[in-house]
Amino acid sequence: MATTTSTPRVPGAPPGPEGLKQGLSRGPDRAFKLLAGGSSAVVVALVVIVGVYLISKAWPSLAANGASFLTSREWSVADPDALRFGIAPLLWVTIISSVVAMAIAVPIAMGVALYLTHYAPARVAKPFAYLVDLLAAVPSIVFGLWGARVLMPYVQPFQDALKSAFGWFPLFAPTAVQAGTIFLASIVLAIMILPIITALSREVFRQTPVGHMEAALALGATRWEMIRTAVLPFGRPGVVSAAMLGLGRALGETIAVTIILSTTTGAFSWSLFFGGETFASKIANAASEFDSPSKTGAYIAAGLVLFLLTFAVNAIARVIIDRRKGFTE
Amino acid sequence: MSATSLTPSLAAADPGDASPGDELRSLNGGGSGSRRVKDRIATVVMHLAFLVAVIPLVWILWTVVSQGYHMLLESSWWTNSQRGITVRDFGGGAYHAMAGTVMQAAVTALISVPLGIFTAIYLVEYGRGRVARAVSFMVDILTGIPSIVAALTVYALWISTFGFSRVGFAVSLSLVLLMVPTIVRSTEEMLKLVPNELREASYALGVPKWKTIVKIVLPTAFSGIITGVLLGLARVMGETAPLLILGPYTKSINMDLFNGNMASLPTMINQDRTEFLDAAVQRTWGAALTLILIVMALNIAGRAIGHFSKVKS
Repeated sequence: MATTTSTPRVPGAPPGPEGLKQGLSRGPDRAFKLLAGGSSAVVVALVVIVGVYLISKAWPSLAANGASFLTSREWSVADPDALRFGIAPLLWVTIISSVVAMAIAVPIAMGVALYLTHYAPARVAKPFAYLVDLLAAVPSIVFGLWGARVLMPYVQPFQDALKSAFGWFPLFAPTAVQAGTIFLASIVLAIMILPIITALSREVFRQTPVGHMEAALALGATRWEMIRTAVLPFGRPGVVSAAMLGLGRALGETIAVTIILSTTTGAFSWSLFFGGETFASKIANAASEFDSPSKTGAYIAAGLVLFLLTFAVNAIARVIIDRRKGFTE
Repeated sequence: MSATSLTPSLAAADPGDASPGDELRSLNGGGSGSRRVKDRIATVVMHLAFLVAVIPLVWILWTVVSQGYHMLLESSWWTNSQRGITVRDFGGGAYHAMAGTVMQAAVTALISVPLGIFTAIYLVEYGRGRVARAVSFMVDILTGIPSIVAALTVYALWISTFGFSRVGFAVSLSLVLLMVPTIVRSTEEMLKLVPNELREASYALGVPKWKTIVKIVLPTAFSGIITGVLLGLARVMGETAPLLILGPYTKSINMDLFNGNMASLPTMINQDRTEFLDAAVQRTWGAALTLILIVMALNIAGRAIGHFSKVKS
């Protein structure tokens, strides 16, 4: 529509080869290309800045660190001359909370995506899909507030049941932490990453070749058998990469986790019913006390590890998507 | 019991989709029992999954609306700040926080939108080969940056290196890092949808490339780009992590992005979230409802624009 109105105004060049040469001055064309290329260069520079500044600010603190950065459970950064910090507990809490969140969210998201693509009547599939997408529009601080104030009392009995039934298993061992457990944080994270996993899986399931589905049905398959033999095998790489992207989100989530998780002191526990801090919540909790460069550097070093972690997860997702692309085309 | 109650209504609601399976079932005499049972179970499970996904949405919205709506009914909520109001006091408004959120988001958009759109134009219209792939890869990296890392980067640059203070503009800078990749990706998708015939027709008339992009390609993809911008804006407005590190809260109105503390809705929520006094709790939920309303309005507007004016291929 816009094209038909604008086209007649455009040809300013007189006809003929002579006129063409004069009319089509290359100046604006080159300037525009430069603008586009320049913006791309800025985007590349942004990434470089992120890498360079994080590393340059983290390096002095890492060099002065008296404890092992990767394996230590200490975190004392107040005294610049006696820096001792390690990320072992942060790494554990970050990864276990995100993995549990993914384990909860992926099956549900797959069910929702299959429901929206193959079960829901066409009339309501779109509004229903939008309803799930709307979950992504809820700001993360609201998730945190809701998780800590409203959801917590409902999760606690469930938690206690798990504790008494499977308490012998280190992951479900009882601890002194009552309210803000990793388990509760995982549930809220699962709700937060549900929309993105659902949206991506939905796209993948929708692309299942109709021929495959019809072939399965023609052989007498029920709807579920058709999904199991035609839709799921086709969608598997897509779902895996969607799960990885969701995992990347969960790893970096800050404020919801900060609100929910109780920080702990004393003995460490592997239990899901323990509290603790993730990389992001550790940094957020300390946000108001970045006073000395060495202290800030320690937190930036933790942020750098988080960056590398999410980068690795996203890269894996990307590789899976690309491989699938090469496979289907 | 839910299997028997759900299935008939499903078959009735969805005759087109269910009929092939039904016919097949009658062809082979109803099929084997266990296969049909499995199919029923799967149907129930899919319905349950959807229900489970919708419950938290309804629950959260209900909580926020029921706890916070009466704050929004006061006219002072929209016109006053919290200046001079202590944790115990009722009253005051969220004007200072709304102004902060909107201004920071506006400045973020002002920087991110041109940057993102031009990068997308480069990727779709100009970029070829290794350079374009490298740029695309960098956009992917930016997409995956956690917001707290973006905030730390700006902290390292703006405060540690340049020695500036924590002001609204620093928040905007960190939000730019989060908004640019979403704009690039959505714009890229839209530009790819523009049929090549349109470009070729324009070139055939002797129109230079830049004019083709400005007058043909961008207008065709315009609504899709706007959708992407609004969705990106909705995302950054709800971000809290950068505000914790770069944007300390204040109870007063501050319209200067380069001087002094600047309030925003997420930090206003954060301010009183550990309090259990009635006034503070109400304020918290009121701010949460205001934030959700703004973000959802942007979200719905974005999708509506995208829905009602699609690129026709």
